[in-house]
Amino acid sequence: MRRMSALSPAPPLSGPAQERARRARLRLTDLRASRTLTVLAWIGAAVIVITMGSVGFQVIRGASEAIGRFGPLFAFHAAWIPNLNKLGGLSYLYGSLVTSLVSLVFATILGVSIGIFLALLAPRPVANVIGPLVEMLAAIPTVVLGLIGIIVISPFSAHTLEPLFHGVLGWTGLFGAPAQNGASLFTASLVLTIMVLPIISALSRDIFRTVPQELRDGAEALGATRWEMIRGVVLPTTVSGITGACVLGFARAMGEAIAVTQVVGNASLIHANLFFPGTTLASAIANQFESPQNSLTESALYYLALILLIVGVLTSIVSRRIISRGAKLT
Amino acid sequence: MSVSETTTDEFDDTLIAEPDRSAPARIRLSPGPTRRPTPEPAAPAITRQIVFDARGVWVDYGAKRALEDVTMTIERNLATALIGPSGCGKSTFLRCLNRMNDSIPGFSVGGELRYHGHDLYGPTANRVEVRRRIGMVFQKPNPFPKSIYDNVAWAPRNLGMKDGLDERVERALRGAALWDEVKDRLKQSALGLSGGQQQRLCIARAIAVEPDVVLLDEPASALDPIATASIEDLIHELKLRYTIVIVTHNMQQAMRVADRTAFFSLDENRTGALIEYADTKTLFSHPADSRTRDYITGQFG
Repeated sequence: MRRMSALSPAPPLSGPAQERARRARLRLTDLRASRTLTVLAWIGAAVIVITMGSVGFQVIRGASEAIGRFGPLFAFHAAWIPNLNKLGGLSYLYGSLVTSLVSLVFATILGVSIGIFLALLAPRPVANVIGPLVEMLAAIPTVVLGLIGIIVISPFSAHTLEPLFHGVLGWTGLFGAPAQNGASLFTASLVLTIMVLPIISALSRDIFRTVPQELRDGAEALGATRWEMIRGVVLPTTVSGITGACVLGFARAMGEAIAVTQVVGNASLIHANLFFPGTTLASAIANQFESPQNSLTESALYYLALILLIVGVLTSIVSRRIISRGAKLT
Repeated sequence: MSVSETTTDEFDDTLIAEPDRSAPARIRLSPGPTRRPTPEPAAPAITRQIVFDARGVWVDYGAKRALEDVTMTIERNLATALIGPSGCGKSTFLRCLNRMNDSIPGFSVGGELRYHGHDLYGPTANRVEVRRRIGMVFQKPNPFPKSIYDNVAWAPRNLGMKDGLDERVERALRGAALWDEVKDRLKQSALGLSGGQQQRLCIARAIAVEPDVVLLDEPASALDPIATASIEDLIHELKLRYTIVIVTHNMQQAMRVADRTAFFSLDENRTGALIEYADTKTLFSHPADSRTRDYITGQFG
């Protein structure tokens, strides 16, 4: 900046001198732009580091009281009785894992099918309409999805899906007698499925599109049907990418708070029956943080956040590993 | 790549020197100097079975006519080369023979194209069945990202030929002159093979399902001269068992491998057309059409 102000009064000359001045000015602009960009880039990088660091620090500091009191076994105690200072995160962890896994199963089946359809089967015009629609699904605010969950999915789940599953798969113990109002882990899983679906379908569509036409032709030239080609060539070559997409979807489901809180019932119970109300790490934090009963409870909520953070970081690392290993193979 | 008369002599010498190679005579086990069977004299007395019978075949891509009025027959156990300048429709015609064009948007075909008397594009023709009988090897080697073994075994498994799969894989790899190079690493990824080996693997993959015809779409254009020579060698052996149709840009290659050669070119409307079809020797030594003569003498294309 200092140098720039020293040079700025450029002599208004004509001919070669003016040309020189113009070049000097250009060099100066170039220099300034490049300096600014470098500084911005460094600031951006610093912001990321500071944010990550401060999130970790704040969460750990907030949780320190609970960590001191309960130790690492906090995650494996189910009781959550703030009045008696008996606090454990297991029911929350359980609810998070169950809703995320169930939604992941639904969303993987649907999302991969949508990806196959959009990338390999649908005629171009159809894919050009449905593809953006899938991406728009991701843009729906989660609160709105939660409302849809309350108004549409809960009753549908309580009156239609849950009796159906209970009738067919009740013997597994996972699908017990339906709860009355539809607020359950199962309903939360359905809402999460809608949220995870666009991630998995858009990513898997893009991944399927990377399978070279030559490979697909090669399979078809060997007398394979479309389905055999997909099963034998497309899916095996993309399995790692698809797995990575699923892990990303899982992380998304783990982290969702609002929409889940709206439909999950918020009861810190551990029950194999998916049709019972439950709770999750994220929804507990969103739900209880406003008015914790005492400082230990507040600290325990931080502890829940820490668990969520650790699970999130782990899934992120795992998905990166899977994706990069897949990239090496193909 | 000069394939001289002396190599033919060497072939005979080697046979005398090493009479008891364990494999069937048509299979080459070792790389090394190019050996090729003495060219079969085109015996006019034998009437060969007609595999493909094209009558007035035309192809459109959308509104654009790509190929006009092709009438030719392709005979059994011969290597037939399709040559011509870029865009002349030779690959299009080849891909019609196993219906690989079907998935191209706007593709339509007309005229009559019969395979052993069956209409290839008739209402009862099943393109999956067509491709099972008519294998294809592409310009760019396209092995699946699987092991060498699984590349060859995939199609037979798919088609339910699960008995004696190991023998089938070995037979196919021997048939593609690749067995000795890969027999110790069948479980390794096919992507670790060289380009020439990959292309021979693709040939092995095609012949593993025992097709009737093998179509080769410029199979050596992405390969170096040595790999090309081994592919050409292989074609001579393959045609004893299969009917070969090969598209090539390379006229020397057509002269070396093909019994019959069809010259395609663009007509006055810039549409691909079959100009001349004859025995390879005749076509290259006494072309009947001036356009063929111009092309093979390098004055065009």
